[in-house]
Amino acid sequence: MTTYFDFEKSIQELDEQLQKAKQLAEKSKIDLAPTIKDLEEKILLEKKKIYGNLTGWQRVQISRHADRPYALDYIEHCFTDFIEQHGDRNVKDDKAIVGGLARLGNQSVMVIGHQKGRNTKQRQFRNFGMPNPEGYRKALRLMKLAEKFNIPIVTLIDTPGASPGLEAEERGQGEAIAKNLLEMSVLKVPVICVVIGEGASGGALGIGVGDKVLMLENTWYSVISPESCSSILWRSWDHKAKAAEALKLTATDMLQNGLIDGIIAEPLGGAHNNPEEMYATMKETLTQQIEELKKFGSEDLINKRIEKFSGMGAFEEV
Amino acid sequence: MSWFKRVKEGITTSTEDKKAVPDGLWHKCPRCKKAILASDHQANCYVCPSCKYHDKVGSAEYFEILFDDGICEELFAGIKPTDPLTFSDTKDYKSRLAESQKKSGLTDALRAATGNVDGMPLVVACMDFNFIGGSMGSVMGEKIARAIDYGREHKIPVMVISKSGGARMMEAAFSLMQMAKTSAKLALLAKDGIPYISLLTDPTTGGVTASFAMLGDFNIAEPEALIGFAGPRVIRETIGKDLPKGFQSSEFLLEHGFVDFITPRTELKSKLGQLLRLLANKPKESEQAS
Repeated sequence: MTTYFDFEKSIQELDEQLQKAKQLAEKSKIDLAPTIKDLEEKILLEKKKIYGNLTGWQRVQISRHADRPYALDYIEHCFTDFIEQHGDRNVKDDKAIVGGLARLGNQSVMVIGHQKGRNTKQRQFRNFGMPNPEGYRKALRLMKLAEKFNIPIVTLIDTPGASPGLEAEERGQGEAIAKNLLEMSVLKVPVICVVIGEGASGGALGIGVGDKVLMLENTWYSVISPESCSSILWRSWDHKAKAAEALKLTATDMLQNGLIDGIIAEPLGGAHNNPEEMYATMKETLTQQIEELKKFGSEDLINKRIEKFSGMGAFEEV
Repeated sequence: MSWFKRVKEGITTSTEDKKAVPDGLWHKCPRCKKAILASDHQANCYVCPSCKYHDKVGSAEYFEILFDDGICEELFAGIKPTDPLTFSDTKDYKSRLAESQKKSGLTDALRAATGNVDGMPLVVACMDFNFIGGSMGSVMGEKIARAIDYGREHKIPVMVISKSGGARMMEAAFSLMQMAKTSAKLALLAKDGIPYISLLTDPTTGGVTASFAMLGDFNIAEPEALIGFAGPRVIRETIGKDLPKGFQSSEFLLEHGFVDFITPRTELKSKLGQLLRLLANKPKESEQAS
């Protein structure tokens, strides 16, 4: 069963017609090939029309689609030899962040990502992809390990935010994220960060300081979710679509504002519509980026990374 | 029926007996309601002598409290906010800025200055909570970054005084990236071996907590300040329970190991002097062994 968004209603209707035509053709042995072909073309056109013109809020919805590939899906399909490493060596193993050594083509990499769940049970197990401090500390432990053995780092960002809770505060959620920001800015190995779904605030940035920060086409990255923004500024959740526009949180906006380094195209209809194509694009992009970054010495990498983030901001000076 | 009785005599004072008091001469503590002379309150670093309530004060007051004879040089005052996203909610960001600037007389929510604190040079970047909740936008990030650069260039320790609700929503991802920017700069400061002090005051939450505020070589807190990553309201809504007493207070953070020590504002300056001299391996001149 495909899940359609409100804005995909016309696609849904055409898809249903197509299914019926196919069924009818099979049953009655009537040659419906021209009709089917016609419908398929219409669907393609409609998809191109809708997906060529998405609003911020629509992209937020796509970024949260339950069938979208998650970090472990990318790890399974783009990498080989993955050995998951658990725990922060201090408190426990956070299930909202996964990571470990793997191979990308011929290159060993350390891959780390937020992990969400698909059904209720998994979602609870993964805490909805909201890490606790030990998740960020596990991530940092793995990054330092990669640095030690001169292995490039790939992070996959997909979180509705760092977990807000009693234990998170007791164990220093703020400190954990802050420490990662500082340490990541001076890692001696190439760091590539890709927003694969939701990029909510400090929870996302906590594994998001890299030489190349990329966003998939239908993802979002901002300081707050549109819902929370709406509830704070408009005092109600009803203005989330307006908030999504105001926050300029799409990949296109982020690139335009110089806050990310590039956009990775998704298959038509979103990553969930053709995961295989998405994995192929992801693998190719990561391979290319790592090759590119491996040319630089560590000092060069660090200087450029710090310079890039230092240049972010909009102000005037008199 | 005693609860119907007038307990407070003040209400019965007749109009002609009321004393006309010029505005600003008295300060009434918002917590214990005791009134003291405003000048005494100021002399006590804006701390209530009765209940020790630390009044929320801004950069002007902190600079006056900390710098010797109140003398300092303001840095990077020419950096002013813009509206990069033409952000508009119930009000547009441009008019929100203009309004805050008019009301506070400030350009944004942070000012940086350098001078001597108890005889020791220090760069201080201090937030102003009355400017859009002390929120961190591009200006705050840039000024902190430059304050750190200044410290590196002149080999002077850097202190940031935090008092903020977190990142400024109206600058969205620009605000978010200030966290990475300031933290990266702190990495450079650390590499140069220059001390960084973070003073956490009431309140310090959100993106400020999740970046430079928690990265001090010394994390110092004022007593009874609210310090946390997520705001208490958000946590309460998430867990569906009331929060334990004292949760996210300075004392709570001290107990859980995230603050080096708590110091009342009245002792802040001497404590900083002591700390800076220890770091510089330099005894106070008056205490030097002859």
